[in-house]
Amino acid sequence: MARAVIEIHSLTKVYSMGEVEVRALAGVDLLVEEGDFVAIMGPSGSGKSTLMNIVGCLDRPTSGTYLLDGIDVSTLNRDQRAVIRNAKIGFVFQSFNLLARTSALENVELPMLYGELGLTRGQRRQAALDSLHRVGLAGRENNQPSQLSGGQQQRVAIARALVTNPAILLADEPTGNLDSRTSEEIMGIFQQLNDDGKTVVLITHEPDIAQHARRIVHVRDGLIQSDQRIEQVRVAGKGIAPPVAATAATRVSP
Amino acid sequence: MKNAVTRLGNITIVGLKAIFRNKLRSFLTMLGIVIGVGCVIVVVAIGNGATQSIQETINSLGSNFIMIFPGAATQSGARIFTGQSTMTVEDADAIKAECPSVAYVSVIMRTAGQAVAGELNWGTSVMGVGVDWPFIRAWNLSDGQFFTDADVRSAAKVCVIGQTVADNLFPQGAAVGQIVRIKNVPFKVVGVLEKKGGNTMGQDQDDQIVAPYTTVMKRLMGQTKVNMIQAAARNATGVQQAMTEIEGLLRQRHRIPPGGDSDFMMRSQEEIAQANEQQMKILRTLLLSIAAISLVIGGIGIMNIMLVSVTERTREIGIRMAIGAKGRHVLLQFLFEAITLSIVGGLIGVLAGIGVSALAAKLSGWPIVVSPMSIAISFGVAGAVGIAFGFFPALKASHLDPIDALRYE
Repeated sequence: MARAVIEIHSLTKVYSMGEVEVRALAGVDLLVEEGDFVAIMGPSGSGKSTLMNIVGCLDRPTSGTYLLDGIDVSTLNRDQRAVIRNAKIGFVFQSFNLLARTSALENVELPMLYGELGLTRGQRRQAALDSLHRVGLAGRENNQPSQLSGGQQQRVAIARALVTNPAILLADEPTGNLDSRTSEEIMGIFQQLNDDGKTVVLITHEPDIAQHARRIVHVRDGLIQSDQRIEQVRVAGKGIAPPVAATAATRVSP
Repeated sequence: MKNAVTRLGNITIVGLKAIFRNKLRSFLTMLGIVIGVGCVIVVVAIGNGATQSIQETINSLGSNFIMIFPGAATQSGARIFTGQSTMTVEDADAIKAECPSVAYVSVIMRTAGQAVAGELNWGTSVMGVGVDWPFIRAWNLSDGQFFTDADVRSAAKVCVIGQTVADNLFPQGAAVGQIVRIKNVPFKVVGVLEKKGGNTMGQDQDDQIVAPYTTVMKRLMGQTKVNMIQAAARNATGVQQAMTEIEGLLRQRHRIPPGGDSDFMMRSQEEIAQANEQQMKILRTLLLSIAAISLVIGGIGIMNIMLVSVTERTREIGIRMAIGAKGRHVLLQFLFEAITLSIVGGLIGVLAGIGVSALAAKLSGWPIVVSPMSIAISFGVAGAVGIAFGFFPALKASHLDPIDALRYE
């Protein structure tokens, strides 16, 4: 059995809004092994986002433990969590969240600027180029987000998430702003990365998208309602080599 | 340690990129600092120049120079001139004869007129003086000779001209021996004064014609009352003594009872210089306070823009935090942006200040001295303003919650 990357025990999160206390998470247990592809589903208000914030080390649980890649991160302070986010987690967001007026290459280099590795300029550049290549965006490194399509922007975001070689990729509705064809392409990239051994945690409310994962976890009222393996994983498009990469390449070299 | 340096370098890159992404805004933000620093440099340069020229004037006049004006000086220092001068040529002679501390005395008559030589003419001031005058002013001739006591006594139609007058009336040189007509009176040029340049007030001291006071009184002005008497003490330490002697003598000659106001007023060169210095000081303080206010306003401008920038870039801050920026990183980035804006603004201000100073020097003809000290200080202040006014917005940015910041629309 593979090593656990995410190990969560009796996790609770309580928000106090004045007099009222809201229990966003009411005791969650979750184990994600290295190399797994988990989709977390649930309607809004289910505690899905709170779980994703805690898994992503953006927030701290009220009680319970959370081991990420063997490290107890449930009691870390702001700065310590920042270091963990930088080293262990690659975020992909619904709205891409790239820096505007900044080239794809510089966007991908960004996490390394905050890293503790002390990479040289050349090393950072090379790592960013490699990462862009992996998501099929070679040749687009000098484009700014406004010059890229939604699918291409999300690829840049994935390249940025990958560049520090994190323990998990944490994707929050990564296809929410994309049409169905582009969504398929993006899910194809996640599947390909997962095939290469990357652990992926996907938060979505679209069953079609969730079907691309190997395992689906349903959250409801702050609790895990169901946790099942998918017998028949839906393979995105042709899987690897997404068609956008081909069009991108032809556009670059007329 | 090497890591820390690399990371600081990374923050610098991040900050610089943010500034270049918003060029126009960055420039407008800097403007307050540019104006403030520029102001400081120009003001200090003008102040220094004025101080230097006052010092030069003192040196050129000699510190034992005394002026005696007709008209009473009241207790408050205000000068009352009733219209008719009560000082006479005889007063000047008496000072020369009876005040042991006084070395030289000259009557001064001032008028102005159009000087004509051949086809050329030049409007200038005409001064009637005695033979002691070149010694009082320590003013040598570059050509010819000063007129003599005999010329003064006989009211001879001779004159000595300043360099500016010589340049304008006799552009081909050789002014000595030529004739200059002033108010239709022909004066023979016997000498040309050495070039002296502008005085404290910026007037060209070389733009004048000097003639025997007797001639000026009779031929040009038609009056015998004296405009001013200039004197020189035997030495710099004797100025006070000389002034006391002159005062006693003139009061006695003018029959002023003890306790009554004198009908004349005396100023030593040092007092005049001090008065000028005082005026310059007030002016300089005024302008420096304007510059200081401008720097503060510049700082507030920076703070304002940085606050707007923090709000506008909340999302960006959220992204940076999500991918691993610590609060410290964000703080440093924004602080660095603020400091860079103010330092670059300061740099532009220094250049603009030097430029304006040079222009002012050219236009006014004043000596203007840009002081390296003022550059260093204003530059330092600009940096300090950046830190002081950039810190709060940067702190605000660093305290943002990454979750809220990411959701910010």
